[in-house]
Amino acid sequence: MSEPVLSVKNLKTHFFTRAGVVKSVDGVSFDVHRGSVMGLVGESGSGKSVTGFSIMGLIDPPGRIVEGSIKLNGREIVGLPEAEMRAIRGKEIAMIFQDPMMTLNPVLRIDTQMIEAVTAHDAVSKEEARNRARDALGKVGIPSPEERLSAYPHQFSGGMRQRVAIAIALLHRPGLIICDEPTTALDVTIQSQILAEMQKLCAETGTALIWVTHDLTVVAGLADHLAVMYAGRIVESGPLDAILDHPVHPYTEGLLGSVPSRGKRGEPLRQIPGSAPSLAKLPEGCAFRPRCDRQNEACCEAPDNRQFSSGRTVRCCHAQLTGATV
Amino acid sequence: MSNLTHQAAAVQAMPEETAFRRFALRFAEDRVALVGLGLVALVVLLALLAPWITPQNPYDLAKVDLMDSRQPPGEMAGDGFRMWLGSDGVGRDLYSGILYGLRISLMVGAISGLIAASVGMAVGLTAAYAGGRTESIIMRIVDLQLSLPTVLVALILVAMLGKGVDKIIFALVVVQWAYYARTVRGSALVERRKEYVEAAQSLGLSHSRIVFKHILPNVLAPIIVIATVQTAHAIALEATLSFLGVGLPQTEPSLGVLIANGFQYLLSGKYWISTFPGIALLVTIVAINLVGDRMRDVLNPRLEK
Repeated sequence: MSEPVLSVKNLKTHFFTRAGVVKSVDGVSFDVHRGSVMGLVGESGSGKSVTGFSIMGLIDPPGRIVEGSIKLNGREIVGLPEAEMRAIRGKEIAMIFQDPMMTLNPVLRIDTQMIEAVTAHDAVSKEEARNRARDALGKVGIPSPEERLSAYPHQFSGGMRQRVAIAIALLHRPGLIICDEPTTALDVTIQSQILAEMQKLCAETGTALIWVTHDLTVVAGLADHLAVMYAGRIVESGPLDAILDHPVHPYTEGLLGSVPSRGKRGEPLRQIPGSAPSLAKLPEGCAFRPRCDRQNEACCEAPDNRQFSSGRTVRCCHAQLTGATV
Repeated sequence: MSNLTHQAAAVQAMPEETAFRRFALRFAEDRVALVGLGLVALVVLLALLAPWITPQNPYDLAKVDLMDSRQPPGEMAGDGFRMWLGSDGVGRDLYSGILYGLRISLMVGAISGLIAASVGMAVGLTAAYAGGRTESIIMRIVDLQLSLPTVLVALILVAMLGKGVDKIIFALVVVQWAYYARTVRGSALVERRKEYVEAAQSLGLSHSRIVFKHILPNVLAPIIVIATVQTAHAIALEATLSFLGVGLPQTEPSLGVLIANGFQYLLSGKYWISTFPGIALLVTIVAINLVGDRMRDVLNPRLEK
């Protein structure tokens, strides 16, 4: 396989708060290849967004990347000076955020914001930047982009705004786009439109995506690879189909069981008891232990990452016992 | 996809629905504020037109005749014009004096407000965006400034620097910038946490562009409100300093100087020398405050909807 666009190795991002060290991301590793979509799934507070921000180099104090490496096209970007990092942001890695109501500046016109984004990296004239902005809007399916350019964000619907955000992310044809739950705030119909749009654009341009979400149904139709995060660690990762068909980690199983589906109608919905633990004081051993129905003495030891065939890893000491080692 | 064309049409149909228009309509709902706005406009107009609508240039000592001093309202001056508001102790026509005084008062208020707002904005935005130690140091200086009584600080500064419009403006900026800085920092802290700032960062924009192009326009509303109220304060403070004799010189009478001039005659029945400039000052400040209050009501997002 060719060199990955992004290669994250043992990334640790900790927040040094007064209440203690919060290990939001604690040893995360994954690769993203050109044109592929990687789903990063987990509950709120599992560290998936912080992983995204770490890649962007946008971790604010008291947080800091304490260990690990992030290689973008083979180039190490952890510890790069701010000026060089700024040259990468928006140009080589772009980001799309959760709430399109919030990510566009409410007092600036769309063209102002898009021209800003263009001229931040390319020394082009205002007209040229505006033309590129208009083309980008057209490409993401916004009708009459020329007129829409001079509108304000509040004149757009939620779905349209997210399209604008996508257009802004695509302005520099980045090799990687980090999508931080970009469809969570949208209606299902709009959601599927946006998903289809993203899929199409990525196929056309070869852009790789990291799709951060808590919603398994969204990534199910989109991602090639899946990484399930829990308490700052990837507990299970591998090809999407393999994981969806045979989840090994009890947390993944729980996540899948939490999705209502037709086949299980009438049965009580399975749920994961309890809530995600405070990252400042994780339980010893396996972080999922207090909520796990399989827990025993073995779980008091921190489980290591177990390698399975076909690129699957699972972080659970019961992994072989379930027999899903294919 | 037909709803998309609908939306496009809707946008075209309401190009007039700008933020300013909405603001103006909301502002006009309050009659009292409209009266205030009218008065402010009137006062500004009178001040601007002063040289053309007054019979006498009170700064031109050759035109001022001591024989006309302390004339009651309605008397004829030696130069043959009627002094509708009387004259002061050195024979200046009060009507002319008040309009020229308004000129100085408004100018001092506006310029000092503008400079103080710029300084305060830069400081407040820097503090909010930088955070950490920079913010702590800046905000402690602001607190220090705010803890000192404004009149006292201004008095000391002007006493040290001497008289003159530029010195007064400097003193007013020194006592005012901290109000702007504190307000701007408060609003900017809220804005800084919003996602559009993160989005702007993720586009690789520089810090100064994010602060001045993206955050600044979002904190303008509270700045405008503070600016109106602070301008009224500045005018009052300038009058206070001039009244106390440390502000503007006698040869360039502001409203405060005129009031001070008449003060000694008040008990001898010559009420008009202090009273009319006093009324002018009062009307100006009240009118500006009425406008400012209404702006605060309209621009405060918590009161909207």
